[in-house]
Amino acid sequence: MTLKKAFNFLKMKINIIAFGQVAEALKVDSFIVADIKDTEDLLKYLNLKFPQVQQMEFNIAVNKQIIHGNTILSNNDTIALLPAFSGG
Amino acid sequence: MIRHNTYERYQRQIILKEFGPAAQDKLLAAKVLVVGAGGLGCPALQYLAAAGVGSIGIIDFDLVELSNLQRQTLFTVEDIGKPKAIVATQKLKLLNPDIQIDAYYYKITHKNAWDLLGLYDIILDSSDNFATRYLLNDACVLLNKPLVYGAVLRFEGQVAVFNLQTEQCNYKTNYRDLFPQPPLPHTVPSCNEAGVIGVLPGIIGTMQAAEVIKIITAIGEPLTNKLLTYNVRNNRFFEFLISPAKSVSINIPANKTGFENFDYEWHCGIANNQDEITVDEFDELRRKDGVLVMDVREIGELPAIDEFPFIQIPLSKLEQRINEICTNKKIVVFCQSGIRSLKAVTIIRAKTGLEQVYSLKAGIESWKIHNRKKAIF
Repeated sequence: MTLKKAFNFLKMKINIIAFGQVAEALKVDSFIVADIKDTEDLLKYLNLKFPQVQQMEFNIAVNKQIIHGNTILSNNDTIALLPAFSGG
Repeated sequence: MIRHNTYERYQRQIILKEFGPAAQDKLLAAKVLVVGAGGLGCPALQYLAAAGVGSIGIIDFDLVELSNLQRQTLFTVEDIGKPKAIVATQKLKLLNPDIQIDAYYYKITHKNAWDLLGLYDIILDSSDNFATRYLLNDACVLLNKPLVYGAVLRFEGQVAVFNLQTEQCNYKTNYRDLFPQPPLPHTVPSCNEAGVIGVLPGIIGTMQAAEVIKIITAIGEPLTNKLLTYNVRNNRFFEFLISPAKSVSINIPANKTGFENFDYEWHCGIANNQDEITVDEFDELRRKDGVLVMDVREIGELPAIDEFPFIQIPLSKLEQRINEICTNKKIVVFCQSGIRSLKAVTIIRAKTGLEQVYSLKAGIESWKIHNRKKAIF
């Protein structure tokens, strides 16, 4: 990693928006995290910082596209955490 | 051809230049099945019937309850205790006697869904549980029918159109591309447990009706390959793009026979759970000597129970009050919808070492409905 890349990585900011029971568990519906390189990294961070979401299942959307596997993140990406609900 | 009084009934939409008599003819020829006449189903049904969808089916096995009236706008206090599918049909026939409306007063299952869905062009999912949602999704994929999905919880709603091929896109997606497998049981609260603001299903159900009308008339852009979310509290809408997930085909049965042998309640973890007992088993057990019946709802939750004796320890206090459980025999636990009581079973077994601890499946609400049905029929 060049010095410039390393510097960019360190100042990287990711916007998180949480929905439904995930927002409820996190007690906040939007926040910013720094220094997260991909979505797996983000999940590790969430599980560590918010153990209450460990048991929860949710989808991840990166910049409004729902993803099906680990995805590299860039500065200022917006991540949505979308759980299923069944109420009718 | 549209008759004179038909023209008058639908005049406000026929005069729309994008709509015209051709779109009205399409609506009158269309057949839509609404699964669930609850919070989402009521408003959806009202607008579909009002707009002149020629044939509407309503499937629901539930009875109207007082706690439904806060959001299920087709019902009144007069209807309490009556089957929703039948009451909804009667109300809608008063609104629009010119269309065909059929009530199916039974539970949709993997055994009966195939033939019923086959009678309709578009399916509207206004159900309230994952087993029905996955069942409808898989059936619609196999039968190649569009599925208009809606779901609500607390202040948030979701809408999507599944399994609809459009000219703009060379793929179509379904519920399993969004959520490939059902969530683990008891990780997602139901509206019975978590609550829902009454106006929300009104908004989401109406949006579902709008999507149905758009699909039938080919007007506008339906929510294909998209999930729309709405939050009442801050009026925020988000639209997410759905792309096909590789794992989907593995989860969906291969054909009609596979579908009819696929137990969706088991798939969603709500059946064949040895910790759970049915309403009939519950009634049999609670009458026996030495069986302790326990309510783990919070103090003051309704419905109040005076039909049989029980002790009450709210789930939130269960661990600290575990010593109050003085029995060495069977324990039967109940709550509102059967979710908290299952958690309580795990706690009681772990803390007391007792093994014969059971949870009333689907909760005391289901017990109440069951007993009311017995009284009616």
